[in-house]
Amino acid sequence: MLKNYLASMAILLSTSLFAQDYFPKNDGVHTINKNYTALTNAKLFVTPKKIIENGTLLIQDGKVVASGNSISIPKNAVIIDVEGKSIYPSFIDIFSSFGIAAPTSVSSSRRSNQYDASRSGYYWNDHILPDQHAVDQFSYNAKEATELLKAGFGIVNTHIPDGIIRGTSVLITLNNNQGNQYRILDANSGQYSSFQRSKTSKQAYPNSLMGSMALLRQVFIDAEWYSSGHIDTKDLSLEAFNENKNLVQFFDAGSRANIMRADKVGDAYGVQYVMLGGGDEYERVADIKASEAKLILPLNFPDTYDVEDPFLSSALTLGDMRSWNQRPSNPKILADNGITFAFTTHSTKSLKEFKSNLLKAIEAGLPKEKALEALTTIPAQILGKEQIIGLLEEGHLANFIVTSGDIFDKKTTIYENWVQGNKTAFEDINKKDIKGDYKVTLANNEYTMAISGELSKPKIEIKQDDQKLKAKLTYKDDWVQIAIASKDSLKQEFIRIAALAEKDRMLKGKYILPNGSEFPFTATATEKEADESKAETKTEDTAPLFPVTYPNKAYGFSEMPKAETLLFKNGTVWTNEKDGILEHTDVLIKDGKISKIGKNLSNGKATIIDATGKHLTAGIIDEHSHIAASAINEAGQNSSAEVTIEDVINETDVNIYRNLAGGVTSIQILHGSANPIGGRSAIIKLKWGESADNLVYDNTPKFIKFALGENVKQSNWGNGRFPQTRMGVEQVYIDYFTRAKAYDALKKSGKPFKTDLELEVLAEILNKERFISCHSYVQSEINMLMKVAEKFDFNINTFTHILEGYKVADKMVEHGVGGSTFSDWWAYKFEVNDAIPYNASIMHNAGVTVAINSDDAEMSRRLNQEAAKTIKYGGVSEEEAWKFVTLNPAKLLHLDDRVGSIKVGKDADVVLWSHNPLSIYAKAEKTIIEGVTYFDIERDKAMREAIKKEKSQLINMMLQSKNKGAKTQPVKKKEHKHLHCDSVENEI
Amino acid sequence: MKTFLTYIAFVCSMTVLAQQTPASKQTKDIAIIGATAHIGNGNTINNSTIILSEGKIVNIVDSDVVKLNLTNVDVINAGGKHVYPGFILPNSTMGLVEIDAVKASDDEKEMGAWNPHIRSLIAYNAESKVIETLRPNGVLIGQITPQGGRISGTSSIVQFDAWNWEDAAIKVDDAIHLNWPSNFSSSHAFFSNTRTEISANEKYDAQIKEIETYFKNAIAYSNGDKQPVNLPFAALENIFRGTQKLFIHVNEEKGIIDAVNFIKTFQLNNVVIVGAKEAYKTADILKENNIPVVLNRVHSLPDSDDNDYNLPYKTARLLVNQGVTVCLDSSGDMERMSSRNLPFYAGTTVTYGLSKEQALQLITLNAAKVLGIDTDYGSLEKGKSATLFISEGDALDMKTNNISHAFIDGRQISLETHQTELWKRYSKKLKNQ
Repeated sequence: MLKNYLASMAILLSTSLFAQDYFPKNDGVHTINKNYTALTNAKLFVTPKKIIENGTLLIQDGKVVASGNSISIPKNAVIIDVEGKSIYPSFIDIFSSFGIAAPTSVSSSRRSNQYDASRSGYYWNDHILPDQHAVDQFSYNAKEATELLKAGFGIVNTHIPDGIIRGTSVLITLNNNQGNQYRILDANSGQYSSFQRSKTSKQAYPNSLMGSMALLRQVFIDAEWYSSGHIDTKDLSLEAFNENKNLVQFFDAGSRANIMRADKVGDAYGVQYVMLGGGDEYERVADIKASEAKLILPLNFPDTYDVEDPFLSSALTLGDMRSWNQRPSNPKILADNGITFAFTTHSTKSLKEFKSNLLKAIEAGLPKEKALEALTTIPAQILGKEQIIGLLEEGHLANFIVTSGDIFDKKTTIYENWVQGNKTAFEDINKKDIKGDYKVTLANNEYTMAISGELSKPKIEIKQDDQKLKAKLTYKDDWVQIAIASKDSLKQEFIRIAALAEKDRMLKGKYILPNGSEFPFTATATEKEADESKAETKTEDTAPLFPVTYPNKAYGFSEMPKAETLLFKNGTVWTNEKDGILEHTDVLIKDGKISKIGKNLSNGKATIIDATGKHLTAGIIDEHSHIAASAINEAGQNSSAEVTIEDVINETDVNIYRNLAGGVTSIQILHGSANPIGGRSAIIKLKWGESADNLVYDNTPKFIKFALGENVKQSNWGNGRFPQTRMGVEQVYIDYFTRAKAYDALKKSGKPFKTDLELEVLAEILNKERFISCHSYVQSEINMLMKVAEKFDFNINTFTHILEGYKVADKMVEHGVGGSTFSDWWAYKFEVNDAIPYNASIMHNAGVTVAINSDDAEMSRRLNQEAAKTIKYGGVSEEEAWKFVTLNPAKLLHLDDRVGSIKVGKDADVVLWSHNPLSIYAKAEKTIIEGVTYFDIERDKAMREAIKKEKSQLINMMLQSKNKGAKTQPVKKKEHKHLHCDSVENEI
Repeated sequence: MKTFLTYIAFVCSMTVLAQQTPASKQTKDIAIIGATAHIGNGNTINNSTIILSEGKIVNIVDSDVVKLNLTNVDVINAGGKHVYPGFILPNSTMGLVEIDAVKASDDEKEMGAWNPHIRSLIAYNAESKVIETLRPNGVLIGQITPQGGRISGTSSIVQFDAWNWEDAAIKVDDAIHLNWPSNFSSSHAFFSNTRTEISANEKYDAQIKEIETYFKNAIAYSNGDKQPVNLPFAALENIFRGTQKLFIHVNEEKGIIDAVNFIKTFQLNNVVIVGAKEAYKTADILKENNIPVVLNRVHSLPDSDDNDYNLPYKTARLLVNQGVTVCLDSSGDMERMSSRNLPFYAGTTVTYGLSKEQALQLITLNAAKVLGIDTDYGSLEKGKSATLFISEGDALDMKTNNISHAFIDGRQISLETHQTELWKRYSKKLKNQ
């Protein structure tokens, strides 16, 4: 097939080939062709909005000279009449890696990690590659180009899809006839970035999403510093980055959540990225809109799940099932919300699938005009090239496709794709359309004849008296040749027809009977095809679109619950204040705050909740959690103070809901314990359904995770990174704080200084603006860190885990550090051999502020029970035990002025329990944050029913879809990785 | 605080020991009077008298109805307190691993797939420091179960106060453990940052065929002259005779149904389903075939985002209400150190629908029945072993689980541990400063 295409391209229309006027010529005379080409009588889509019936497109030298109705055609014009055909601008794909060889992964034979960069003269990190230029690497691939041309594309913006900063793209035409001197429209058309490491380097940092974000930020800062001449040495990466600064900035985000993340990074440094989407943007369309990012959308929709096996399909989640139902509507929803987007073939399995998914998106309601814009004018605008590409006005490249009709109709044929005035033909444009139903009379017998399929290989079906006859059809150069076997198949006799298609669906010629006699033949088709397609669209029932919930999965809210005025009557109220535990007491919640506590309260507007026999407490606060995060450890370096969990909050984690069902209202999501200096925390309220950013406390206290012991010295896995002993750990701290102190002094001196995100954070610690929660086990290292802190004149805020805290509780009191510990975990590694469940009570008795934490998604939802264990192990009073999971963690997190107790004026973060909350028999019935009921045991029951119902509807729809012949995919079971401190992996 | 002082002298000499010294044989009769006796079979006696003699419960009566002669008997006045049968922990690796991250201390999993001949008992470390921490919570008996492979090996049942594995053994080689294949296979899993996608297990049917073939071969072997000796086949012999139990570890609905069909095909009549997370969907089949269940740890997360948040909490109730015999295990992450929470797993099933006495059965008489030791253990009944404890309050609730006395076969065991010693030692240190 390919050969044919290339042969059909031989019609040379405009400028001389492969040469420019200043090039020497030794194979003949200089020829210059200044002829015009005029395509006339077309339905001409000058732009998606400007459509001209019977229009003329006049081109010369690869460009549009004029387009419209009343074009005067110059005498030296070749005229091509395309009556009845449509002309569209060719499509543009701005997220392409056309002609770029896949980056080769570096061999993984190296056992130990690589910490330093592989290159010198460049940035210190191998994943920062702004010095890459796609124009240097791309090799024009005519075969690949032809496939794209066939799908309607005429221009691609191609880049090297590797690394966090990937360097510049090149904008090229898919011009198979001319060389790169014509194809390259812009050799530096944009810069591409992503969160993904380069495959070509094993350099360990960054190994997490948040590490990538921090690294990007630091590059912006370093590049600025470099450009202002502050760095004496050569850095070719930063030079390139600075050169690329004013280009269009593209970002390979790939999902709704990552679009928001990239936007946050971009906003901080004045860059508005054009983002590659992931198809889930509709889930929080308002946030996407607010980002003001233009999007590039791949067209990937989940195949129908094969749900025939009820055992396997029970592993399917509602979230995945909904994706199948909703994702085809993503482009429509974005269009409805005025979000600008282009389409890309990136990551779609095949161009055929791209087309079918494009039609699916239109079927789901995307207006055709928007679809066309997303393929033509918008990509041109994003590139800032709307003056030369994307539409068919004067001066634009003569890049267009000629089709049999509506480009967004399944049955439409793309005849030709012209790029810079060079035609590639896929079907003969003049070929008459012979498809249709014919009634013919041959030798006094009536036959019906149906011709269908593609004109290059049409299919025929012939019936006589409803009996199907064997027949063969060939169609070439407007000549139809048909051989029909006779009814009696034993005879092996044929009637032959030879007819010319004089017009569309009109055949004229002769037929020859088996006996050799010839008769004239004419046949005209009824226009059944058109009728059929109409009928089809009518009967094709559009599947119902299931509404989005927040988050868009099981137990999500279809409408976010609102803050209410609530009056709890006659409950047992655990105040955590001087008043202690009050029986038969009322609590009024208003405007998100605790408004009144007392007896016989009333409020006309309040919803009354009978709390008789029940217990009302402050919400549980988990000082040490790893739920609701997409990454936990940036393990690529021994310090990662520059990263923050706030960057990677995953607000869709169902464990938020499960925690609410266990009475938890606030958590600190801590960085893991892979390195002595970890990352910054996210301190959040469990406002299930809200966006990631809305979970974080306003004016949040600033925290960072430190870690000691086996994990940071890599006792139980690979090695090669300092420190490998507890002795080294101390020196890491001394080194970093010494440098941070110098950094802070320089900063405060008023002299110029380069912002270092890592030292910035450490300086905050020195300045007592940021607090440390340190993962710790054995007494020696606990003692050590307090001494290091004292040397630098600050305090450790919290030791978390602190399983040998009981051995040094006196020293902790003296230092003024709190302890947040497990109730009864131990024996999971050597350093917890002396961990005892009495730890909390001993520390408490010694005067340490003690909290009980989880570090675990399962335990966190029953921290009330964990607190109760301190009654058993060490005899803590109920009132104090309860503070271990409420007021004390609030104190440790510097939140006790807002949460942690039931006190007038504090946030209304409260839980209504069925029993004494320290009892194994207690259930949270309502969990309220700032007056909003995020968990309600009765509503939960209704949700379960709704989930069941929606899932069975979706199963049914999937079965129907499969029966209609839809492509299916097998069910996959999804298991959450429950992240702990030790969760270290390459997270991207 | 008073109790601390009495221990001070003791502590200094104790701390060097690896574990508590096992108690010696009961020499004198003991009467526990006035306590609420939780029999373990669903009943209670509010004001009970229990007589322990030569390691057995020789009498248990309602003191309000029957007055026993208590002369020459050590009397423990337990008025207002509660007496429970020792809690029983099935499907446990207690004593097979000491510290998770220290490979040298790990003996739970032998290499290879077909290991019926591998016996847990001989590796059981009766002196494990983890084991002694179970006793102060009332967990006194366990089934020590090897892990891994298709047939992981042979378990034995032990009591938790012994010098060595021989002393510890209550029932040697009680059961063989078969790990049923899963409908999903992680061998082709796709790992992302926070979740794992697991494909359907294409080999599931073939793996079941493999089990069938293996069992057929084992039967053929036992029908022949048994030459040459085949250790794994020989180890399976008692399964076919019905004199040894087969524990099939399986969680998925379809797996359970297939396992039950397998049991029927091979006419195995002494089988237990372990794990059983989805058994609530197949309760009728289990009941009909009289197959009991060892239910996976109650304090677990649901497997699917869509599941009820409390599904693991209420599964026991769903099964019990449909007439299935259920007991509870502690398997999962942090298994051994969490096993002392067994009573609280039972407590949670009360929160989600069972009565307290029903919940108690799950870790006492039901467990004894499932393990085949109910003639001697699992309830406070005349003639059974005096393996029981006294708690100040409700032992299923951590708030009130506070044990003053515990007996195994009438021996009053130490409730001290490495942990209580450190507690006392450092409490004293801090107090004296």
